[in-house]
Amino acid sequence: MNYVSQILPSLISGTGTTLSIFFWTLIISVPLGILVGLGMITNFKPLTWLIDVYVWLMRGTPLLLQLIFVFYGLPIIGIVFQRYDAALFAFILNYTAYFAEIFRGGLQAIPVGQYESARVLRLTNWQTLRKIVIPQVVKIVLPSIGNEVINLIKDSSLVYVIGLGDLLRAGNVAMARDVTLVPMVLVAVIYLLLTAVCTVVLKRLEKHYSAWR
Amino acid sequence: MLELKNITKRFAGKLILDGVNLTVNDGQILTIVGPSGAGKTTLLRCISGLEETDSGDFFLDGQPFNPVTNRNNDTVIGVVFQDFQLFPNLTVLQNVTLAPTMVLKQSKAEAEATAQRLLKQLNLDGKADLYPYELSGGQKQRVAIVRALAMRPKLLCYDEPTSALDPDLRKEVEEIILKLKAEGMTQIVVTHDIPFAESIADQMLRVEAKS
Repeated sequence: MNYVSQILPSLISGTGTTLSIFFWTLIISVPLGILVGLGMITNFKPLTWLIDVYVWLMRGTPLLLQLIFVFYGLPIIGIVFQRYDAALFAFILNYTAYFAEIFRGGLQAIPVGQYESARVLRLTNWQTLRKIVIPQVVKIVLPSIGNEVINLIKDSSLVYVIGLGDLLRAGNVAMARDVTLVPMVLVAVIYLLLTAVCTVVLKRLEKHYSAWR
Repeated sequence: MLELKNITKRFAGKLILDGVNLTVNDGQILTIVGPSGAGKTTLLRCISGLEETDSGDFFLDGQPFNPVTNRNNDTVIGVVFQDFQLFPNLTVLQNVTLAPTMVLKQSKAEAEATAQRLLKQLNLDGKADLYPYELSGGQKQRVAIVRALAMRPKLLCYDEPTSALDPDLRKEVEEIILKLKAEGMTQIVVTHDIPFAESIADQMLRVEAKS
């Protein structure tokens, strides 16, 4: 118990980094994902082609490689990021691609008739999107988004590769120093708590959206 | 009064509407009948601005207008779709008040008062807070009519209003359409149901399938 309270502060500080990567990635890449998803269903070929290439790159290569590339690779051509910014940049790029694919699927599930019925009521495209399309898309994609959200918490541990002190790294350091498995068990418990909170929040959201069908 | 002159529409080179001419007088009911594939729905979609025509002219009260680009709120053409297309994420009341508040800039209170009055008129009192999935087919259709009416249209169009309903509801639709006519609403009804068309029409337009 004494040992636990000894290492807990460093683990909590690591959790802070993990959560910060998690929140900022989520807050930025979900709206970006909607925008890119909208871009995928336009008829403007150069745009859809560009997005296809982007999504292919982001989903076709490991996130770990992308992190290394952003932090160690980009400085070669003169683009230098701080560790934390590099991590955030890579995560946002990567997760936006996944979210965009999910939102594209959701957007395509909305019947054309909904747009037409909004059109004859003279709603603008933006009003149609905001009041009719997005709420229906969110309901459809919520389970898939939930999956990505849980993945994101765990994926954030990849930032160790560019030397950021996240939760897993804090556990790793303690384990190597003290030659005990206890820190790793604690780290696992903290991850489980974090994903449990996410699961509860997502369930609540799904319940909220179950008022209509 | 709505006039169509020489309306032509092709899909992928196939002639669907071949020089359609028609006139609907104020307060009258025009029914468009014909076999499926004859272009009834296409004609309705052209009138409501959901489809571009290849040639021809539209006149509303003698003024030329283009239904596709027309955004003038004084010349609204209301549409009741075959499958209603209510917004599932909004309650009945929100379905009806959304466009009047966002497009006509009515206050929430004003839009809701109008909506409640229209809902009552079409026997939908007490349904305002339900979501579309909680309604029967006939009720959904009446909500769709109320939603269109709330925009104070010059003209109300129906696409196959009887086809998604039980046969015994046909009479009910007929009564609603005639009731709106009595209040002065100009209406265009597309249907393949000829007895139904005959019982409501002031004027019938038969479209034939092109070979």
